[in-house]
Amino acid sequence: MGRQLATFSVEGARYGVDVLHVQEALRFQARTPVPVAPPGVAGLVNLRGQVVLAVDLRVKLGLPPLAQGVEPMMVVVKVGSEPVSLLVDEIGDVIDVDDSQFETPPDTLDAALRDVLVGAYKLDGGLLLALDVEAATAA
Amino acid sequence: MEDLDEIVHEFLVESHENLDQLDSDLVALEGAPESRELLGSVFRTIHTIKGTSGFLAFNVLERLTHVGENLLVQLRDGKRVMDQPTTDVLLEMVDGVRALLRHIESDGTEGDVDVAPTVARIQAVLDGATAPAAPEAAEPEPATPEPVEPEPEPVDEGTVARTTVEPDEPAPTPDDAGTAEADLPQQRRPEPAPPRRKTVKKTPPPAVQQPSEPPPAASESAPHPVDPGEAPAEATRGAADGSIRVDVDLLDALMRQVGELVLARNAITRLADNVADVDLARASQRLSLIASELQEGVMKTRMQPIEHVWSKVPRMVRDVAAACSRQVRLEMTGGDTELDRSLLEAIKDPLTHLIRNAVDHGIEPPEDRTAAGKPAKGLVSLRAYHAGGQVVVEVIDDGKGIDSDRVAAKAVEKGLRTAQQVASMGQAELLQLLFLPGFSTAEAVTNVSGRGVGMDVVRTKIEAIGGTVDIESIMGRGTTWRLRIPLTLAIMPALTIECDEQLYAIPQVSLLELVALDAQTNDGSVEWVRGAPVYRLRGELLPLVDLREVFSGPAREGDGRTVIAVLQADTQRFGLMVDRVLNTEEIVVKPLSARLKSIGLYAGATLLGDGRVSLILDVQAIARRCMNGELGEADRHDQDAQSDVERDIEQVLITAIGEDRRIAIPLSAVTRLEKLPAASVERVANREVVQYRGAITPVVRLSNLLGGSASTGEELTVVVYTRRDRSVAIVVEEIIDIVDDDTAHHSDLGDRGLLGSTVLKDRVTELLDVHAAVTAGDPYFFDDEPADEATEAQGEVPAQNGAHRSGELVGV
Repeated sequence: MGRQLATFSVEGARYGVDVLHVQEALRFQARTPVPVAPPGVAGLVNLRGQVVLAVDLRVKLGLPPLAQGVEPMMVVVKVGSEPVSLLVDEIGDVIDVDDSQFETPPDTLDAALRDVLVGAYKLDGGLLLALDVEAATAA
Repeated sequence: MEDLDEIVHEFLVESHENLDQLDSDLVALEGAPESRELLGSVFRTIHTIKGTSGFLAFNVLERLTHVGENLLVQLRDGKRVMDQPTTDVLLEMVDGVRALLRHIESDGTEGDVDVAPTVARIQAVLDGATAPAAPEAAEPEPATPEPVEPEPEPVDEGTVARTTVEPDEPAPTPDDAGTAEADLPQQRRPEPAPPRRKTVKKTPPPAVQQPSEPPPAASESAPHPVDPGEAPAEATRGAADGSIRVDVDLLDALMRQVGELVLARNAITRLADNVADVDLARASQRLSLIASELQEGVMKTRMQPIEHVWSKVPRMVRDVAAACSRQVRLEMTGGDTELDRSLLEAIKDPLTHLIRNAVDHGIEPPEDRTAAGKPAKGLVSLRAYHAGGQVVVEVIDDGKGIDSDRVAAKAVEKGLRTAQQVASMGQAELLQLLFLPGFSTAEAVTNVSGRGVGMDVVRTKIEAIGGTVDIESIMGRGTTWRLRIPLTLAIMPALTIECDEQLYAIPQVSLLELVALDAQTNDGSVEWVRGAPVYRLRGELLPLVDLREVFSGPAREGDGRTVIAVLQADTQRFGLMVDRVLNTEEIVVKPLSARLKSIGLYAGATLLGDGRVSLILDVQAIARRCMNGELGEADRHDQDAQSDVERDIEQVLITAIGEDRRIAIPLSAVTRLEKLPAASVERVANREVVQYRGAITPVVRLSNLLGGSASTGEELTVVVYTRRDRSVAIVVEEIIDIVDDDTAHHSDLGDRGLLGSTVLKDRVTELLDVHAAVTAGDPYFFDDEPADEATEAQGEVPAQNGAHRSGELVGV
């Protein structure tokens, strides 16, 4: 069984989200910070009149923040019926993957990271980590 | 009388709708005489009109529908088969009903519409029916002469002309109908005609229209003959034409779009403000106006009377009362108060809950009530009314009320509040505890009058729609639950404020006033009660919450200007300190991601004119978060004044003496403030004295005592300290203020006659050693005290002797 994953990269690693979950990919937009919000909440963005929550994947993945002056990209994914914007470093292609390439995340992985990953696809060019959208966007 | 008019109006609207249905039903019935469904529908309609007209005393209408109903009963019971003459008379009856309704609509009376001929014809058909299934042409015929008589009008010509035309039309219909058909137009004429003469002055136009009307009447659709009658009515817009049914989804979509329009309008307004273009400004103003009107209009379309929710209440109250053997009378007022339908839907459950509670737990059993001297029958009233841009819905019972002490005990027992916290709460605040999640458990039902059940859910639901709930309860007298609900959900006026370079919106309904603070000037600055900021607003202490602190943001710079938004939350008033206030604007509430709701500070989000997202502050939640416990009651200053003595906070009177020095006197050492004429000072030996309240009272001039220039005014400002029967008058230059003084901040820097110094109201203020000052005037003042106490009391004497002073502290 094959699937299509929309890919993006964060801190050099490639991640993928089922393309059916992805609503769109956008350049960075002005965000309104939300004081006292749980970590990882990067703010709110105005997506054509809709107020959408932005989640900083770097925080969720336990990575240091982007260097100053570098703007993240946004991948808008549907979680349930609600769109959530994921802040990523760069947006990649849509890739066909096969279930045979899939493997659950290795046990050695950091617990925080394991929580937000479904597993990894072993591709020729390297590993593609499949993101658990629900877990990654949970507050 | 107005109510009656409304009932009549509703009756008219409903009947007009029903009649249109009836027309098509009757015609369809002719094609399918066996259809019980259609018959049932027709019968119900006529029956309803008959019933209501009887109730509203429209006797002619009742008579007409009554015979019609009789005919329909026969049809329904299978004693008669639907045939053409039957259909005809029934349609004629419908026309008669319509004529009557029109008349009622125009002047509220049935007028002189003559239904006798129609009644007679229906009766004739009925009588003919005794010989069942004999729908002979002969039957209607005896009736025909009658209608011809009341028709000596010009219209007649048209009729006659048509009767000749007619026969070719009904040709395809069954043979026996031939004659009946010919009558038809005539029979029908009397009914539409009279109202036409009454409502419309011009007879010719209807006459012109007539040719088009009878053919269909004879052959098929009855609604048409009515048209000419209604055409003139259009001028006044009849009840039936005045309303249409619209899909709710369409209204919701409209509302959303209007919301977007309002946002776009806000954006344009903001742009126009930045450009000095008169035309643009004018266009923007006009857009603004139109958008507002459109918004108002669309909002109105979504309004429904609260009756829609209340209609089920009587039954529910009856059932609940029966189930828990209470006797309850229900009163409902203001059922016509209108609310946005989505809000109506949202308050349904909470309201039901409150009403059940009122019956179940509010109203006592009859025997308890009689024992308490109340009528055995309890009263539950529902009231709805508009107040200040909100709809207020009250559920009032005259039951036993809620025992706030038990609520307090329960809250402590459950660990929701500490005994200390509870002790400092007022009754209103204690009742608010009922809304705490966790308060509502099964146990609470038995212990606390059962009022805790699900109240947190009620509050959550009401607050979710931007409303508030509060309770008033008097033991033995009853309880009032008051819901305040915004008129509409989607759009609301809000104040935009800035805090830490971000914009936030505060719903206007919570806003009481704005106070601008300028740290540069001394007066009106923020004071501190044990680390908690307060502001003195027209003499009342207002607890302050700094939004920056709520957001754990960077601290405010000392010299920055701030604004206090005075907000009303539940029973508390508090001031929210923000950096800047921008403006008020209509904002469109956008739902907040579920992931952010748990923060509990935001009610939603909105888009500002420039497209930025802005968070809407949840005033209730902020108040609850920042002010549980003692601070919430800070505005009850009498209570505070007491506890301040126990704490390290002391209220002091700030006075001025010569050379711009400030001297603070503990308020507990102040019995009265007086102004005395300088000339009243007399001497005893080398001491100055005055006659004060019939006693010789020594005078102490602080300026002399503490070293400074003496005042030379004609009046002396005097602080009188009285203990037992002795008084000392302390002369100062000027009374400045009463402030809270935190003894922890005292410096021991001072001199003879002083206890030290501190900073009060941004000024270095010397602290008077009252003991020394008093003894300077009257060396024997403290002599009646045991020596050890006197020494221990050195300096702090007045504070400890507070109980002795005669509680009359009066400002000058």
